Amino acid sequence: MSSRPAPQIGFSFEYMMWIFTRLSGLAMFLLSFIGFAGAFWLGARMYLTNNSFVDIGALARWTFFPNPNHVVNTNIPDVAVGWANAWWQIMQITILFLGTTHGMNGLRVVIEDYIDRSWLRTLLRGLIFLLWIFVMLFGIYVIQAS
Amino acid sequence: MALKRNVGLKGMKYRGGGPMLAWALHRISGLAMVLFVGMHIVASFVMQQFGSDWATNLNIIYESTYFQLIIIFLVYFHAINGMRIILLDFWPKLLEYQREATWLQWMLLIPMYGLTAMVMMLIKLGGE
Repeated sequence: MSSRPAPQIGFSFEYMMWIFTRLSGLAMFLLSFIGFAGAFWLGARMYLTNNSFVDIGALARWTFFPNPNHVVNTNIPDVAVGWANAWWQIMQITILFLGTTHGMNGLRVVIEDYIDRSWLRTLLRGLIFLLWIFVMLFGIYVIQAS
Repeated sequence: MALKRNVGLKGMKYRGGGPMLAWALHRISGLAMVLFVGMHIVASFVMQQFGSDWATNLNIIYESTYFQLIIIFLVYFHAINGMRIILLDFWPKLLEYQREATWLQWMLLIPMYGLTAMVMMLIKLGGE
């Protein structure tokens, strides 16, 4: 089973993105545990006392993107009380940056595996870069405005 | 372009075995999540700023239980498989056991996803 070889260690773009993908994956594990714990800390556990389960969908949304306006009708209580502060905004921007960069780089890797014409590669690389900027700006705007 | 890595369409051919399936699913789930998260961010922006109907409807679809069941499967799979990739990349000696690692990964994924899906369906069918 041979797949793509790992890039040589050094200050090349490929190696930087290779190591970034792995480290951001680990970091997103950590951030999601913090978000998960935060959801319980801020009242999600109340659901357990009512002979009912936690709304897992809402919990997952809080876990990955703890934003008061994230969903139209979330069932986790204390929505506006605990979440609208700088700590969770920094958390959101971090996870937005890591997730978007990880995802867009993955898109680039998959595309470049199947395309070998260099001008098309360059064009698509530029388009993915623009998409990355676009999604990041929209995401940060949503965080700051909510 | 330091790496020469033209897999080409030949690379898509299924060569059998769990690791190849995991590789393909990792790509598919990753691309699906890029599409979903990207559209979700843009739709949230439009909903927040202009409150247009299509963005609100898109987010209502994203909130539905059945859509969440799919997304949670993709996220769990991508997370667990990514963890396996990280571990095997950072400790290449373990690559010898990659077939076992792939089995272990499914042994983790199936109960985790099953439990989550069961609770979600209980909430859905129990009606709050």
